[in-house]
Amino acid sequence: MSLRALLVGGVFLVLLFALIATTIYGRRLVRHEKTDTVFGNPEKALGGWHWVISGVATILLFWLYFSWDAARAFFPNAANELCQVAKVESAVIPMRTVFPFESRLLRGTNMLAREGAQLERLEAVAKNTNFDAAELAQIQPLINRLRTVFIGLASPDNMPDSIADDIQNIASRIDALTKQLDSENLSAESLSAIEEARATQPGWGVGTTEIPVLPITERGAWYNEVAKPLSDISDDYIKIRNKSPEFIAETEALSDEIKALSTGASSDAVKNFAKQLSKLLKRVDDGVIFPPGALKPVETSLAQFHDVQLAKQGSLRHIDTFAMPGGRILSGNTACSEQGSGRWLPKPSDTLASLAQLGNPDIGFKGAPLLWFKQKPIAEMVAFFVPDWVADLVPGAYPRHDSDGNIAINFKTKVLNVATGNFSSPSVPVPMGHVWDSILRVVAGLFFGILLGVPLGLLMGLSRFAKGFFDPLIELYRPVPPLAWAPLILTIFGIQDDGKIFLLFMVAFAIMVISARTGATGTQLSKIHAAHSLGASRWQIVRNVILPNSLPEILTGIRIAIGVCWGTLVAAEMLAGTTGIGFVENVARKQSQYEIIWITIIILGLLGLLFDIIMRWVITKTIPWRGKG
Amino acid sequence: MSDLIADNVNMTFTTPNGEAVHALKDVSFTLKQGELLSVLGPSGCGKTTLLNLIAGFLRPTGGKFTLAGQEIDGPGVERGMVFQQGALFEWLTVAQNVDFGLRMKKNSKADNRRKVEEWLDIVGLQGFGDTPTYQLSGGMQQRVALARCLINDPDLILMDEPLGALDALTREKMQSLVLKIWKETGKTIMIITHSVEEALLLGERLFVMAPRPGRLHKEYELPFAEWGLQQDLREVKNNNEFSQVREEILTMIWNMEEEIMGKTA
Repeated sequence: MSLRALLVGGVFLVLLFALIATTIYGRRLVRHEKTDTVFGNPEKALGGWHWVISGVATILLFWLYFSWDAARAFFPNAANELCQVAKVESAVIPMRTVFPFESRLLRGTNMLAREGAQLERLEAVAKNTNFDAAELAQIQPLINRLRTVFIGLASPDNMPDSIADDIQNIASRIDALTKQLDSENLSAESLSAIEEARATQPGWGVGTTEIPVLPITERGAWYNEVAKPLSDISDDYIKIRNKSPEFIAETEALSDEIKALSTGASSDAVKNFAKQLSKLLKRVDDGVIFPPGALKPVETSLAQFHDVQLAKQGSLRHIDTFAMPGGRILSGNTACSEQGSGRWLPKPSDTLASLAQLGNPDIGFKGAPLLWFKQKPIAEMVAFFVPDWVADLVPGAYPRHDSDGNIAINFKTKVLNVATGNFSSPSVPVPMGHVWDSILRVVAGLFFGILLGVPLGLLMGLSRFAKGFFDPLIELYRPVPPLAWAPLILTIFGIQDDGKIFLLFMVAFAIMVISARTGATGTQLSKIHAAHSLGASRWQIVRNVILPNSLPEILTGIRIAIGVCWGTLVAAEMLAGTTGIGFVENVARKQSQYEIIWITIIILGLLGLLFDIIMRWVITKTIPWRGKG
Repeated sequence: MSDLIADNVNMTFTTPNGEAVHALKDVSFTLKQGELLSVLGPSGCGKTTLLNLIAGFLRPTGGKFTLAGQEIDGPGVERGMVFQQGALFEWLTVAQNVDFGLRMKKNSKADNRRKVEEWLDIVGLQGFGDTPTYQLSGGMQQRVALARCLINDPDLILMDEPLGALDALTREKMQSLVLKIWKETGKTIMIITHSVEEALLLGERLFVMAPRPGRLHKEYELPFAEWGLQQDLREVKNNNEFSQVREEILTMIWNMEEEIMGKTA
């Protein structure tokens, strides 16, 4: 058992224990709290950390279970064995679909019913269409002959004896394989192949292949040994067609006559009808309808094989049903794969391994780590924050080179060098990576949104002109979903940070304006009166009364804006760009890397939670007086 | 002398329906410096309008108020105001509320601190400087409001039903406090109240106002404020003379209220 399997198994058992223990603890606690008889008392919902544990344990248990991580830990060979079973099943499926095992009707019966009905429909169409007598004389015999050929397939008299022999041959070949599977005898070759596969083949979920395809157990080898011959039998069986020489001659004649009708000098209605007849003929001329009892030997052999196959699986069937829920293992041409929840729900242990890989700054994802730091010279940051035109404002002119080719450095040049970051400076570590980029965009958008939105909101709450003048602008663009703006904004500002930050600024700005405005209009008149009487100027009233009074609304606005900005940012990053969490998720989606998709989802969830916890902390710290005035 | 003079003041509001409401009609009076005036009247008689006009929150449609010879135009520090619910800034501590006016004037901080301590002492809130105001009881909040107003050293203190929201016991204590402050600081104080007893206790002079249109109906000169400074307020209330005046005014106001009800019915 590998270390990973041991860990996952241990975690699974611990979670199971935690779930049971907290549930028992919670039940017992309730028994002690019977003294409060009032239903609906909100205090009864206070506390309950043990239910938090049981909730988290339940989520993780579901994840471990439905992602088949638990199955992989407890039954490490099961997937390989089921892969061998799947090989057999996919080999036998072309034959089994002919018979009413999984379907309701024999394929021949089904075809007779369906194509017979088609023929009748066409006959009715022929009667109802305004064909003239000559045309009808051409069409009606064709229909009759088609029916004769088609129904004639069901008659034992029309089936050549050689075909009955072929069928019998297939049946006995299947029987031989049934016997082989039942005997559980393995060739020496197979036994040594098992040893070799065990030694060289990576385990389930290790490396790039999902499920190792060569058998590593004897049980698997039994199935593997019969899979190939079974596949050959299937191929041979498919080739058996109920085609007597008469049938072939008649269908070819019919085909020619119908073709002549559809290409000759007949009317469009006739041509159209001939096309339908031709389609019908093509469906029945491959001779897959056999006389009623003709295929019985194969059917019996297949049923026997199936019983033996199921019996030989033994405990494997229960593992498949109970430990690997919500899907199964399929065998393709070259590899086996998980289907259902085992596929789209990545295993927690794989997800952690992926995260460790993504988190490794040397690997990262598409040229950038998730979250890391790099050394950046201070000069670069100075260049970012100091605009270059500062140098233009310095009196004097930039120097020109003299006849010796020398350039005299003056003060103006020095200022320009500082403004453009053209000076040597020590480096400081700066965070970087996809997660950091996303956070930075949200924070930048939010920062500008607050910086401009709050003053405008307050002004709109205080001035009739500002309210009336800016209201149409904001109310017109605000209801538009931010993503509807994205194509336009990204075209104007570019797909890099500028466009995204502006998009987020738009989102945050509208929310901040509205919340600041609500806060400003909610100021009690008596407080403003009081401030006036205490000698405050207009600006002092805004700064010391209206702004603090609006803080609860503003902070609630920020909290909402953070949430909306996150959503918008991820979608915008999916649209365009080369970094960010949304970008990572979008690339992972295109490459069906489910683990990475889940990692981005979990990162987004945790970051959202983190932001909300910070905001809750800020709210309790800065406005403890909320609702108490 | 910084007297408050009301010179034939008229105030007419226009309702949203276009009706004109005569809130104050031909109000004239003179309030000398250091006088304690209480104003009483049935609801809708223009008491609060009168106060808002003097505070400068409203501008009269006719006539004018002058304080110390200056016409009142807009709010000012020389007219401090105490509101019914305190109107404290709940995001500030007690001390920050009290020195709000001083900070607006950008006084020196050390000076402010000393003054705040002084005033918290006077209103009986020693040691509460760092308490958030929302943690105070109603009576304590009103003490903060008083200190916040008085620290600015206004010429005239306007009080709009300052004790209306307090329980009977706290109210009596606050009434004593107002009398004490009046006596010790010698400020001109104008109190608007609903309570006849309070108007009698806290008024050297008492205006009874009448509604529709709002006007000064009757004026009293009363001795009870002076008494209240020397003896227990409950004894003053039990005095015969006090009871007589109270009954007289109560009857007057009852009649006014009935008249209004009759008019509207």
